[in-house]
Amino acid sequence: MTAFFRVAWLIFRKDLAVEARSWELVSTTVFFSVACLLVFTIALINEGQAVGDVAAGILWVAIAFSGTLALGRTFERERQTDTLRALMLAPADRPALYVGKLLGILFLMLLTEVILVPLVALFFQAPIVDWPLHLAALLLAGTLGYAAVGTLFAAMLVRARSRDVMLPILLYPITVPVIIAGVRGTAALFQETPDAALAQFWLALLVFFDVVFVTLALWTFEPVMTE
Amino acid sequence: MRKYTHILLGAALLVFALAPVLIHRAPYESTMGLVQKIFYFHLPGALMMLFIALFAGVMSGIFLFTKKPWADHYALAAAEQVVLFGAMTLVTGPLWARKAWGVWWEWDARLTSSLLLWMIFIAYLLLRRFGGPGSDKLGAGMALFALANVPFIYVSVNYWRTLHPKTTVVPNLVPPMAGPMWWAFAGFVLMSLVLFALRVQQEEQRARVEALYLAADEG
Repeated sequence: MTAFFRVAWLIFRKDLAVEARSWELVSTTVFFSVACLLVFTIALINEGQAVGDVAAGILWVAIAFSGTLALGRTFERERQTDTLRALMLAPADRPALYVGKLLGILFLMLLTEVILVPLVALFFQAPIVDWPLHLAALLLAGTLGYAAVGTLFAAMLVRARSRDVMLPILLYPITVPVIIAGVRGTAALFQETPDAALAQFWLALLVFFDVVFVTLALWTFEPVMTE
Repeated sequence: MRKYTHILLGAALLVFALAPVLIHRAPYESTMGLVQKIFYFHLPGALMMLFIALFAGVMSGIFLFTKKPWADHYALAAAEQVVLFGAMTLVTGPLWARKAWGVWWEWDARLTSSLLLWMIFIAYLLLRRFGGPGSDKLGAGMALFALANVPFIYVSVNYWRTLHPKTTVVPNLVPPMAGPMWWAFAGFVLMSLVLFALRVQQEEQRARVEALYLAADEG
């Protein structure tokens, strides 16, 4: 079991080391997510006022879109240098490879959120400091669920044709529960009288989603990735 | 075409020929009037979609873990039928909703989960069509995820608000209405079996041709 986590940790560290040399993924993903936020803000703000409780929705759409971009690029990098095959040949548990990649994606997406959330607070006067733990837990659980499905699909699609367009096509319908729960939970915290109990309900749903889909991904990663 | 396919096809045609007569003779529903007749297509279509989607998920699981080609042929044929019956459900549903609720569409649990299930299977077919080599395995993984996803979609959307009639409608149906409904369902089952038989056979032949091409290239 320790070997499993060691492999996952090593892959995570490898991804961080590669990223630290170029900053390609961090810079592009963060910029893309901010651009996304701006486009939605411009589309949905009328005469200086946001239409309804859109802040939570815009936040999660930006997270989902930039997440897709990050997933695609991470695995494109592995494909170009043919290093995914090398990873597959390594005498390590396949599910450990998956966990390592998942940690890398999760780290990148959370880093993006650290920049996105204050911006949403700035643009929409969203009260992010009233229930910081609830908000952080919702973001973490939602991102984990999204990244868990996304990492598996992006890994599967590495060898497929038209993978760039296939990833969002496959990923968005499956991750709809994450988006619904994330948006509704965050909206419950952003409304004028925050409803922590409602946020907790959505958080519970997200955690349940995470457990089911991480298990399923660990289980299917081996047969799906075997040539 | 195999012999039993002919028999199934004949039976399906017979059932479909009689269905309009039975539906016509069923009593008028007091508030909905003629529009209620949509129900005889809508509910059996939705049931078929659900059962076949379940079947596609199970077949995909079998294919993923045993690599038996027949399971993949069944999964693909089933996925196509999910899209077919889903389209039927999603076209007849809004027609009913317009009369019953005054709107074409409502983000209700059943509607949203049906729409998403339908979209997931369209995505599956797109992957199979354009994914290139290896897309059979990717599709199987996708279908398995789709299956696990349905309860989540249902619970999450259910927390908003639900307008759709509850499942208690079916057991409480008056016999003159239940008769044509189950008759139509039987017709769909027969039609589905005919399509299955043809499609699976076609996939088997395609796989054989592919194997022959591969063998010819090697030889």
